[in-house]
Amino acid sequence: MNRNREQIIREICREHGRDRRRLLDILRAVQQAFGCVPSDLMPSIAAEIGTHRVEVESVVSFYAFLSSRPKGKVVIRLCNDVIDEMMGAQRVARAFAEELGIEFGQTAPEGDITLEWTPCIGMSDQAPAAMVNDVIVTELTGDKAREIVRSLRKKIEPESLVHGYGDGNNAHPLIQAMVHNNIRRRDQVVLAPMVEGEALRRAVAMTPAEVIRDLNTARLRGRGGAGFPTGMKWNFTRRAAGEQRCIVCNADEGEPGTFKDRVILTECPDLVFEGMAIGGYAIGASEGILYLRAEYAYLRRFLESVLQARRERGLLGRSICGKDGFDFDIRIQMGAGAYICGEETALINSCEGERGDPRNRPPFPAEKGYLGRPTAVNNVETFCCVARILEKGPGWFAEIGSRGSPGTKLLSVSGDCKAPGVYEVPFGISVRQLLDMAGATDAAAVQVGGASGQMIGPPDFDRTICYDDLATGGSIMVFGPERDLLWVVDKFMEFFIEESCGYCTPCRVGNVLLRRRLNEVRQGLGTAADLQYLQELGTTVKAASRCGLGQTSPNPILTTLKNFRHLYEAKLKKAGDDLLPTFDLRSALAAAERLTGRSSVHAHD
Amino acid sequence: MGDKITFTIDGREISAEPGETILVAAERAGVYIPRLCAHPDLKPHGSCRVCTVLMNGRPQAACTQPAAAGAVVENATKQVQEIRKQIIEMLFVEGNHYCMFCEKSGNCELQALAYRFGITVPRHPYMFPSRDVDATHPEIFIDRNRCVLCGRCVRASRDIDGKNVFQFVGRGPHKRIAVNAEANLADTDAAVTDKAIQVCPVGAILRKRVGYRLPIGQRAYDTRPIGADIEQSTAR
Repeated sequence: MNRNREQIIREICREHGRDRRRLLDILRAVQQAFGCVPSDLMPSIAAEIGTHRVEVESVVSFYAFLSSRPKGKVVIRLCNDVIDEMMGAQRVARAFAEELGIEFGQTAPEGDITLEWTPCIGMSDQAPAAMVNDVIVTELTGDKAREIVRSLRKKIEPESLVHGYGDGNNAHPLIQAMVHNNIRRRDQVVLAPMVEGEALRRAVAMTPAEVIRDLNTARLRGRGGAGFPTGMKWNFTRRAAGEQRCIVCNADEGEPGTFKDRVILTECPDLVFEGMAIGGYAIGASEGILYLRAEYAYLRRFLESVLQARRERGLLGRSICGKDGFDFDIRIQMGAGAYICGEETALINSCEGERGDPRNRPPFPAEKGYLGRPTAVNNVETFCCVARILEKGPGWFAEIGSRGSPGTKLLSVSGDCKAPGVYEVPFGISVRQLLDMAGATDAAAVQVGGASGQMIGPPDFDRTICYDDLATGGSIMVFGPERDLLWVVDKFMEFFIEESCGYCTPCRVGNVLLRRRLNEVRQGLGTAADLQYLQELGTTVKAASRCGLGQTSPNPILTTLKNFRHLYEAKLKKAGDDLLPTFDLRSALAAAERLTGRSSVHAHD
Repeated sequence: MGDKITFTIDGREISAEPGETILVAAERAGVYIPRLCAHPDLKPHGSCRVCTVLMNGRPQAACTQPAAAGAVVENATKQVQEIRKQIIEMLFVEGNHYCMFCEKSGNCELQALAYRFGITVPRHPYMFPSRDVDATHPEIFIDRNRCVLCGRCVRASRDIDGKNVFQFVGRGPHKRIAVNAEANLADTDAAVTDKAIQVCPVGAILRKRVGYRLPIGQRAYDTRPIGADIEQSTAR
């Protein structure tokens, strides 16, 4: 038996060329084979690929979808994102737990089923949702949850849980998912028909420098949220010293409340790959990587088939579009459950089989990225814009949207609205216009830009979505008047604490401290001094953190302190001294009271 | 080496080799930038963030940020010192630091930083985490209660000792230092002479049977604050 296990490890490692840099793929395969990455097999994995046991353990322990503890043949991962909870995830959770007879984090012996929570899986428009292994189940209820468990106990086949496919390519034989696109508005840049290869043929008829010039003329900026000019990034990458270069598409769409990349990858993968190939031509890269988040594994076979079809049509591979010397291909790198891997240098580490810790900068990826090569990392939607600019011209593109923000933006709208889904809108649209479209008639608050973005109230609804005002990667969460916004803030902080890589002090420690104090205030134990504390600590975490996660994680607290201060003030202790405001005499004495069986006279005044 | 560049720290002109970090250039000029994870014999890590400075108004870690010609760096300003103080306080509450009976007391860089910054009690509540001690090795012990996750042992073991005895596992608040074995340091090839055992800034990796050897008064930071050795070179 033991020899058998070792044999399996050897085979998996050999399938991946015993390459240390493919460690993430190796570990995903081991996890699938054994239901975990067994601790006693880590030395064998390390020996096969020429590293140390602790390096393997380090990587395993980083990713949520890898585990050294055994899991069941089926893992149910229920999404506990804010929106999913608003739509009843806790009721679904109780049904799962009761039917399985276990708590979250445990494995039911009958049926070999593990039950876990997971952060946003990109299905907020059809929440509550869960993953059953790689299969997505949406719009869950307690009854549906019980039915899922019964069905899995009869037959361990998550695919059989899907009754009826979603629209568009969700019904494609290689996807067959019950996921719906929920495309509510199409515009001319991304969600429009395309002629495959047209943009690429136009690109190769120009010089690479001319392609980049067109992007600059179109004033294209990155769609991930930060808004860095794409042409400038590609120019840096093109000019950096290096034999080989790399184009990376960031499809690690993990920001809570965003799901537009899911829809792009389902409906317009050719546009994405076309943009990547144009990128390869422009910067002189021969290799492209699509980093696909583990939650979207259900799209993988389909995406592989699209890549294969493009190879067969000469749109990938050698001498693309008949252009001598233009060789470029794309591989898909699967993630393994880590929000931080959406940060570009963490993503590159992950592609190299490392922990998804962000890197120190400089050097920037444009100088030294994947395998030390000059690398351009761009958002899924950005590549779509690139392809469309090459197809229709930079002038055409620059005319769309607002002055400082040309083009359209895909917005993922979810929460308290009649029509959650994906909206492609020209930049410059106001929040109010968007809320009208989505049928959010009584919105009390809108979270723009996901958990790391900002919470705004009605006085700000006439502000516009664009780089110069409300910048966003696409997540728009709507909260009605009955929602407890400080609960929402707490959920966001919980998310950041779990998803922090823990590398730097302010993010690793500061977020925990912020959440603790926030909850003391929520429980009515705070005074004005605690709001000051939150403000100061939040500012320090933002300033001193090493990467974008910690530089934005205090935003839920800081923007609600600014825009919804009355909610905090209503919770503050009215009277009492300011000596140690969060000190609660009753709870401090509780343990002693329990032990002695007596109660304190003073504590119950 | 190319031509030297110049920049300023708190108004003082400093010269640097191209590519040199702010921290190293400052140190040569006798300007102390407080730091914890940085160590002269190790590659920069940029994790503790104690060396945060403002470079042209933007926060940067001085240990990883190369100096740039004409850059304006703020080091000892009120705003920067406040950020550092917050971070040092965070490290104190994150672990269990029992200075009063820790054998590293007086030689501990974290404690010395607290004295330098005049920290009497952290403003944050203590987290009192439950962490383990590994005393399996005959000559070395690890007390994770006092670990600040600076990664010095990881870098020294990998880059100098060539052993990879230590590595980070877990993420976020669950991050900890693990050893290259199923569980125990005794099952690794760690040796008391390893660089990794000597570079710990706190009392997390210690040699056995040598505790409290130096009397009070003779310990590294008994008479002079941390950083004084660097600043003294300015007096020349």
